[in-house]
Amino acid sequence: MKQEEVPQDKGNLSNKNMKELVYATDEKGNYTTALSTGWEPKTIALTNSIDEISERIAIAKEQVKNNEVSPICYFMEVSRMDIGVLASYVGMWQWRVKRHFKPKVFAGLSDTILKKYAESFNISIEELKNFKTK
Amino acid sequence: METNFTHHQSAHCENGVASNLLKHNGLNISEPMVFGIGSGLFFVYLPFLKVNYAPAISYRPMPGQIFNKLANRLGLKIKRQKFSSEANAIKALDENLKNNIPSGLQVGVYNLTYFPDEYRFHFNAHNLVVYGKTETDYLISDPVMENVTTLTHDELNKVRFAKGAFAPRGQMYYPIQIPQNVDLKGAIVKGIKNTCRDMLAPMPIIGVRGIRFVAKQIRKWPVKNGTKKANHYLAQMVRMQEEIGTGGGGFRFIYAAFLEEASVILENSELKILSQEMTAIGDLWRDFAVEASRIYKNRSTKEDAYNTIADELLAIADKEEVFFKKLKQAIR
Repeated sequence: MKQEEVPQDKGNLSNKNMKELVYATDEKGNYTTALSTGWEPKTIALTNSIDEISERIAIAKEQVKNNEVSPICYFMEVSRMDIGVLASYVGMWQWRVKRHFKPKVFAGLSDTILKKYAESFNISIEELKNFKTK
Repeated sequence: METNFTHHQSAHCENGVASNLLKHNGLNISEPMVFGIGSGLFFVYLPFLKVNYAPAISYRPMPGQIFNKLANRLGLKIKRQKFSSEANAIKALDENLKNNIPSGLQVGVYNLTYFPDEYRFHFNAHNLVVYGKTETDYLISDPVMENVTTLTHDELNKVRFAKGAFAPRGQMYYPIQIPQNVDLKGAIVKGIKNTCRDMLAPMPIIGVRGIRFVAKQIRKWPVKNGTKKANHYLAQMVRMQEEIGTGGGGFRFIYAAFLEEASVILENSELKILSQEMTAIGDLWRDFAVEASRIYKNRSTKEDAYNTIADELLAIADKEEVFFKKLKQAIR
């Protein structure tokens, strides 16, 4: 990549006024560094992932509303986690976390366990318990 | 408390931390040098491991390996500590800062508040340097950022004890011994040999053969998983490839910069030519990213589009195979 080809597209970085450093060649063909504000293919890839997550969150919300899953599942998606990551945060086996996805099991969970989840999601126990799908 | 640490921005976090820490300790070594000697260029495809609901593709070795290999090859000593208790981790870091030792940390990205929200994922192999502490904050030199930044005590604690794959467990590292004279030439040769060995490994999921394997799989994705999932897989692949701290094209350019520097130190003009070839391969990786992004942007349903980029990937693999064979010969 030549120095003048370093992409300066608008994207997620430029919104925060961040620039990343890249290596590129100068007019003599020697390597130097340059700053880039972003690159469209990257922005598209990232947007794609964010959309994917938004979709997952929406589905989870719908499922909580229909009493198919517990709010734990919803907050897991909001926190961009999967079951493996969540299980690791709360220090439980994955099958146990999966069990807590059932609304019936969730209703009977003790505050000690709920606290572990709430802390992992950065919310209060009340928010987790009284989650309302508007 | 503040140590007199100088921040330099870098393209990749682990190289950057290693380079910055060593510069602070009086060993002037550039980011490409760290990357080359530490054999940072790598490729592995792990179809059975899912990251963000897509098969894992890594363009880098395991976290920590670049710095470890660099240290081995240059005869440096690095101290690495992991902690089971958060209190001990804080104590050890504060002790270091008191003794004027800026310390490298492995951290999770999700709670790094200074990152744009879109970049915050549960990715645990990020690296940064802590170089000071105030009443409320830690002073942070994150090598992918232009300038130094801060995290509150609580925030730093959280990123040090992020959970999930590659959980950092408070990992802290810093050089404790740097020899007067380092054998740069020998280290460069060792680093290059290692990279050639990795990229030409006779294993189907590693190096050039790994790239071919992925190309083969890409053809199957839309048929086997449907367009939606295939598009998601592809987007994930490009993200792993071109985002901050990882790299397909970006890594090739750093490696080319390393070869250029190495050609001067080893007085080997062939390496300079190979550096230019590597640059050309890096450009191909970028073309691949552009083509791939077109597919998932237009939600293209043509199976043919997948075949086209698979061909492009195969062409890259062929070029890299020839390249690394030549590189192996060049340093004999």
